Amino acid sequence: MQSLFNGLVQGAVYALIALGYTMVYGILRMINFAHGEVYMIGAYLSVVTLSLLTALGFAAVSVPLCLLVSLAVAMVFCAAHGFTVERAAYKPLRQSHLLVPLISAVGMSTFLQNYVMLAQGKAPRDFPHEFRELLVSRTFEPFGVRVNLLELVILGGTLLMLVLLHLFVTRTNMGKAMRATSQDMKMASLAGINVDRVISVTFVIGSALAAAAGVMVCMYEKNTCFDRGYLAGLKAFTAAVLGGIGNLPGAVVGGLLLGIVESLGIWLLSPDYKDVYAFIVLILVLLVRPTGLLGEQVADKS
Amino acid sequence: MLVLDNIHSAYGKIEALKGISLEVNEGEIVTLIGANGAGKSTTLMTICGVNRVKQGTISFKGERIDSLPPHVIVRKGISQAPEGRRIFPRLTVIENLEMGAFVRTDAEAIGKDIEYVFGLFPILRERRQQLGGTLSGGEQQMLAIARALMARPKLLLLDEPSLGLAPIVVAKIFEAIKGLNRQGATIFLVEQNARMALKLAHRGYVLETGRITMNDTAAALLNSRRVQEAYLGA
Ligand SMILES: Nc1ncnc2c1ncn2[C@@H]1O[C@H](COP(=O)(O)OP(=O)(O)OP(=O)(O)O)[C@@H](O)[C@H]1O
Ligand SMILES: [Mg+2]
Repeated sequence: MQSLFNGLVQGAVYALIALGYTMVYGILRMINFAHGEVYMIGAYLSVVTLSLLTALGFAAVSVPLCLLVSLAVAMVFCAAHGFTVERAAYKPLRQSHLLVPLISAVGMSTFLQNYVMLAQGKAPRDFPHEFRELLVSRTFEPFGVRVNLLELVILGGTLLMLVLLHLFVTRTNMGKAMRATSQDMKMASLAGINVDRVISVTFVIGSALAAAAGVMVCMYEKNTCFDRGYLAGLKAFTAAVLGGIGNLPGAVVGGLLLGIVESLGIWLLSPDYKDVYAFIVLILVLLVRPTGLLGEQVADKS
Repeated sequence: MLVLDNIHSAYGKIEALKGISLEVNEGEIVTLIGANGAGKSTTLMTICGVNRVKQGTISFKGERIDSLPPHVIVRKGISQAPEGRRIFPRLTVIENLEMGAFVRTDAEAIGKDIEYVFGLFPILRERRQQLGGTLSGGEQQMLAIARALMARPKLLLLDEPSLGLAPIVVAKIFEAIKGLNRQGATIFLVEQNARMALKLAHRGYVLETGRITMNDTAAALLNSRRVQEAYLGA
C-alpha cells in the first residue's frame, strides 16, 4: 500500500511532464527534448523566488503565500521559456524534414542545461528548508499508509491541473482549435485557425505544467540541479509513449502506471535498478501494443 | 469579386499553375473543370494562401490577398470545403461546425447558423454528437460544406463535392449548392463531374495542365465540341 501510494505521487509528476511531450507531439510530430530542461528551470525558479522573497522579508508574513507566488513565478517564466524555445529553435524549421527540429531540440536541451549551470553552478541547490518543512512536517496515517501534506498537495495540485486542462481542450475555442490542429493542421488553417498561435499556446501550457511539476518535485526531493531535467524528461517521455504519444489521457495513464511500476519494483525487487523498470515496462507494452496503451493508429499524415 | 491575374504556383520545381487568370463575380456560380492533375485543387489552395503564389496577383473585393496567411484570408471572407473533405475525425459534428466559425465571435449568431446548416442538411442534426471520423462519405461532404458555411463566407470554394458519392447524394448536395446561390452566395466550384457542374454554374473555365484553355458561359461550354469530347464523354 505504501509503495503504491508513493508510486502514485511519483506518477502524478510524470503525468504532468508527459502532457507537455504529448501535446507538442500531437501537433508537430516532434519530440521536444528541451521539455525536461523547462521542468528543471521551474524548480530553480521557485528556489530563487523563495530566496528573494525571504530576503525581502515576505517569508515572515505568510509562508503558504510565498509558496504560491513562487509557483506562479515558475509557471509564468517557464511558459515564457517554452514560447521562446519554440519561436527561436523550432518555428524557423517548420518546413524542413522532421529530423531537423528534433536535432534543434537536442541542441536546445543542451543549451538550457548549460545556461542554468553557468547561472546557478554545478552543485545542487536546496529548496529553502522552512518552506518545505511546512508541508512535510504534517503527516497523516490513514489505512496504515504514511502520508504527508506535501504528497497530498502534489496529488491534489496535479488533479486540479488535469481538470483545468481537460476543461480547456473540451470547452474553449482555443482548446478545440488545438485538437483540430493536431488532427489536421492544413485544414485547421483553412478554417481560419492561426496555427502558429495554437502551437505557441501548446508550448506555453506544456511548459507551465512542467514548471509546476518541477516545483513540487524540488520540494519532494529537497533540492534540484542543472542536470535533473534529463532523467525526469526521459521518464516522462517514456510515460507519454507508454500511454500512446499524442493522446492526453494516455499521458496521464502512462505517467501513473510508470510511477507505480517503479515504486513496486523498488519494493519488490531492488532499489538499485529504479531507473530501469520504466524502460522494461515500456518495451513490454510496445511489444504488445505498438501505439501505446491508449494510442490511436498514428497514421502518418505528412 | 475574386480576380486571379497570371498566377504561377509550384511544388518545389514542379510548376502546377502556369499563369492562370480568372474571375468570379458576386452572386455567380463559377466552375473550374479539368482532368486529374490539371491543377484545380492547387488553384483553390493558392487562393486560400496554403500554397504560395510565385508570380501574379490575387485580389478579393479590390484588395490584394496573395501574400496573406490562410487564417487571415478566411477572415477576409473566403472559405473552402477542400478535396477529400478533411473533417476533423476526432471532433464531433458540432465541434467541426464550431471550428468552421472559429474566426467569428458572435456566439448567438453562430448558434443560429448551426441551426441553419442543420436545416440545409438535416442528417447532420441527428449526428450532432457523433465524431466526424465516423460519418459516412456523404455525411462528411455535407459537414465539410456546412463547416465552410459557418465562417459566413462571402465566397465559398468547393473542391469536388461529388467525389466518391452515390448519385442521389450528389444530387442532394448540388441542390443545396443551388439553394445557397439563390440566397445570394457566390460560389467557385471545382469539379471533375463536368456535366453536373456546367449545368449548375453560370460560367466555367477549363484547366489543362496548369493553363486555362477555355472560358465561357456554362451553356456554351456544355455545347462546345471540345468540352464534350474531352470532359463529357460524348
Ligand atoms: N503536395 C504536392 N507535392 C507535389 N506535387 C503536387 C502536390 N500536390 C499536387 N501536386 C501536383 O500538382 C499538379 C496539380 O495537382 P492538383 O491536385 O492541383 O490537381 P487536380 O486538378 O486537383 O487533380 P484531381 O482532379 O485529381 O484532384 C499535379 O501534377 C500533382 O501531381
Ligand atoms: Mg483536386
